[in-house]
Amino acid sequence: MTAVPITPQRRIGWSVANAIVLVYAFVPIIWIISLSLKGDDTLNDGNFLPLNPDTTAYSDIFRNSDFIRALVNSIGICLIATGIALTLATMAAYAIARLEFPGKRAIVATSLLISMFPQIALVTPLFKIETAIGIFDTWPGLILPYITFALPLGIYTLSAFFREIPWELEKAAQMDGATPYQAFRRVIAPLALPGVFTTAILVFIACWNDFLFAISLTSTNSARTVPAAMSYFTGATTFEKPTAAIAAAAVVITIPIVLFVLFFQRRIVAGLTSGAVKG
Amino acid sequence: MAEIVLDHVVKRYPDGALAVDDLNLEIRDGEFIILVGPSGCGKSTTLNMIAGLEDITQGELRIDGQVVNDKAPKDRDIAMVFQSYALYPHMTVAENMAFPLVLAKVDQKTIDQKVGEAAEMLELTNHLDRKPANLSGGQRQRVAMGRAIVRSPKAFLMDEPLSNLDAKLRVQMRTQVSRIQKALGTTTVYVTHDQTEAMTLGDRVVVMRGGIVQQVGSPTELYEHPTNLFVGGFIGSPSMNFLPATIEGDRLQTGLGELTVPGAVRRAVQESTSKQVLIGLRPEHFEDASLVGDKPGATVTVPVDLVESMGSDVYAYFTVQGEQVTSGDLEDLAKDTGQDMVGEGTTVTARLDAAARVRAGQQAELWVDTSKMHVFDVGSGRNLTAGVGEHADA
Repeated sequence: MTAVPITPQRRIGWSVANAIVLVYAFVPIIWIISLSLKGDDTLNDGNFLPLNPDTTAYSDIFRNSDFIRALVNSIGICLIATGIALTLATMAAYAIARLEFPGKRAIVATSLLISMFPQIALVTPLFKIETAIGIFDTWPGLILPYITFALPLGIYTLSAFFREIPWELEKAAQMDGATPYQAFRRVIAPLALPGVFTTAILVFIACWNDFLFAISLTSTNSARTVPAAMSYFTGATTFEKPTAAIAAAAVVITIPIVLFVLFFQRRIVAGLTSGAVKG
Repeated sequence: MAEIVLDHVVKRYPDGALAVDDLNLEIRDGEFIILVGPSGCGKSTTLNMIAGLEDITQGELRIDGQVVNDKAPKDRDIAMVFQSYALYPHMTVAENMAFPLVLAKVDQKTIDQKVGEAAEMLELTNHLDRKPANLSGGQRQRVAMGRAIVRSPKAFLMDEPLSNLDAKLRVQMRTQVSRIQKALGTTTVYVTHDQTEAMTLGDRVVVMRGGIVQQVGSPTELYEHPTNLFVGGFIGSPSMNFLPATIEGDRLQTGLGELTVPGAVRRAVQESTSKQVLIGLRPEHFEDASLVGDKPGATVTVPVDLVESMGSDVYAYFTVQGEQVTSGDLEDLAKDTGQDMVGEGTTVTARLDAAARVRAGQQAELWVDTSKMHVFDVGSGRNLTAGVGEHADA
């Protein structure tokens, strides 16, 4: 690449472009934060930012036992689903990237097929199956479909990462006296970590954001996750909309995602394998 | 340190492809042996079989008298240097070199000492804390060597270790590899497709083609007495010139003209069943006739197409008209060098003394050292003059 000299004009141009993108991305977020800080009386006062912000909505939702329960459900179900999906996807992806075995193409094709399936088409059959085997409205009842839909994503992303790791590194480790397990743990796994973290983020976000399964495969708050629980929020009276409470809940459930991404992002070091082999 | 014996080793892939056929080789303790040949000749497969990275289909591999066919690479105590270096990118230079020792559970003090020694030998002491990504190609190559050295293994296996370096660095590293091997005295098997490396590094060279060993011998032996067309053409740069010839009594009718052959060559030629043969002449066996005096040999007149003066030598190229002879060996060689052997006549390279006065586009009188001439059977590619040995002195 040729380096383009940065002139003041270019700098200003880029700053304006960046500002537009940031405003575009952040207006909805600021809006919902602003909504969550407004009282019912000032909700429609026409001000973008609240004049006298109050945090009643937040204290309200944290006094709501249904919301607390939903938050616990969300965190538990998503972490378990991500954990299991990652473990399975890592092993499957390693096999797909490294080994030749009969049926390999079939497995890859099937997993691609699953990810293409419209989820809404599966809601009714899943509902029937889950009520029949008695896991409807339980944690496993949500964890299982989440794993199913996370696996293709995980296998695809991870096998791309494994393919990036030169085969010869494993051979070199073997020649250096490593057992296959040692070669995997000390050479391959450390190099695949960025891929594992990337996949973890993607899978976790997919589970966390799911609304369709959460609303159709649960009936009580024993397994209902936050996105579904929010739709059951009620106002102070039948005639009031719980706008501030929903906004506050939306802000609260964004926080774990932000933390999760920030935590793993540090571990995603691009170009970790550079320098291993030449050419 | 150990001797490595390959006893009737065969490698056949599951799809039936035969990669190595009936390989017999005894590598002596401390010997530097080179496996050389065009790509796909089975040299890397052979190396991987010694390493244990590939199974042996048939035959026996013995290291220090012990059959190791079914042993995992880690139990063979052999170190390998890969063409791509295969350094661990998440480890520093020191950690890379220490890795085999860490796996062998050597104590930290010994590790530091051994890594320090190897780093000093390879001039890497200042780079021990750097990651491979921040090293130059030559430095990475040395780290790969260091990782092999620290463990003091029974043998080194090197798979084209210099082919990723630029030409100048390659020459430099070649001498370094040679020096290290001499200093350590470790048995080394070195795979290359570069015949210069083969000639300069090895105690003995194994020329392979299509999974079959063509000839095993010292570089000089291969150069002076190739057993067949393929070895003759593969070893030597610029390569040997091959010309079709017809036997007429004790003379050879060639595109260069009629050549009278010395006694030893004649006897060998007379055993030929076919009248059609190929003669092989190395470029340095031509000379400007005016510089030679009355040494025995033949003098021919040729139209010179092109002259390249290298300072120390002059290369003269000329085309010899005549019927084409096709031979599997020659086709393989052409494929390897990327030369188109099928054309109008045969292009001959002559390496003359710097004082030679040949000009492009003019006729030149060249002397041919017929005593060094090789005569090959067209069908089998066998060197008919191989048996006559020291005929050059006769």
